[in-house]
Amino acid sequence: MIDLDTTDRDILRALSRDASQSASALGRRFGLSQPATWRRIRRLEEAGVIRGRRLRLDAEKLGFGVTVFLGIKLATKGRVSLEDFERAVSAIPEVQTVEHVLGLYDYRLRVVARNLPDFERVLRRRIMTLPGAGEVEANVLLSEERLAGPI
Amino acid sequence: MLDDMDRRLLRYWQADPSLTPGELADHCNMTPGKAARRIARMQEDGVLQGVSAVIDWTALGYTVEVSLRITLDKTQSSAFDDFLTQARTIPEVTEIQTFLGRVDVRLNVIARDMAHYQQVYRAGILTLPHIADIEALMQVARIKAQEALPL
Repeated sequence: MIDLDTTDRDILRALSRDASQSASALGRRFGLSQPATWRRIRRLEEAGVIRGRRLRLDAEKLGFGVTVFLGIKLATKGRVSLEDFERAVSAIPEVQTVEHVLGLYDYRLRVVARNLPDFERVLRRRIMTLPGAGEVEANVLLSEERLAGPI
Repeated sequence: MLDDMDRRLLRYWQADPSLTPGELADHCNMTPGKAARRIARMQEDGVLQGVSAVIDWTALGYTVEVSLRITLDKTQSSAFDDFLTQARTIPEVTEIQTFLGRVDVRLNVIARDMAHYQQVYRAGILTLPHIADIEALMQVARIKAQEALPL
């Protein structure tokens, strides 16, 4: 685990908003030289604090009008079925994220579809037919905001 | 509207968001100028909103991640607004989604350990207004996290 000073936090917050900013632009903003800023970004990447980069795309403008969060309970439990389920669910292109969770459900999924009929197709043909899939709960996303977090 | 070349650019870029515009053009067999023009157009149209650095909170010592599924008391007409306004002020809340379904709101909460989580939960979450019910799903593992669109 690495310790961050105020400047590291400023840089991290700025990059999580817009990762296309150059080291020299960030440096000017926070009163650092370009090499000093670059070294700080490198350190954040090497420590794994910056896990990677993500394109922010407007799903609706790209024709994906529906996003659904699914909770899935497995019908049969056991080591083999977990692995089979995870491999099969991760291979579905419409499934954007898969999390193994503890609680009311075993897995949490984020699924995109063109519209509700398309979602129904994905649900019936791909999700319900997964090995071990049991009870499924669907909640249709209405709005979403991502916050900076405790940086 | 997007054509096949635009989609191709986005597909490659989504798969590896750390690609530079030059590398991206290379992968798509495009001249850098052509690729840059297409990217600029998609930005103008709002299809491409930007690139964000993804923070790995575990590298910063936040080892607990919980998905809180909340039902609100909808007899209060301002329930959603009041709840959301106050939820945004809790630093450990990293995502807020609203839904159509059995669950009204989801909060993604991170904490350093279980003791810290309990503190955030008691002092922050439970003091939020108009909560009718809360269910927690604790994250065990991230199986698929890329959040790519199936373009």
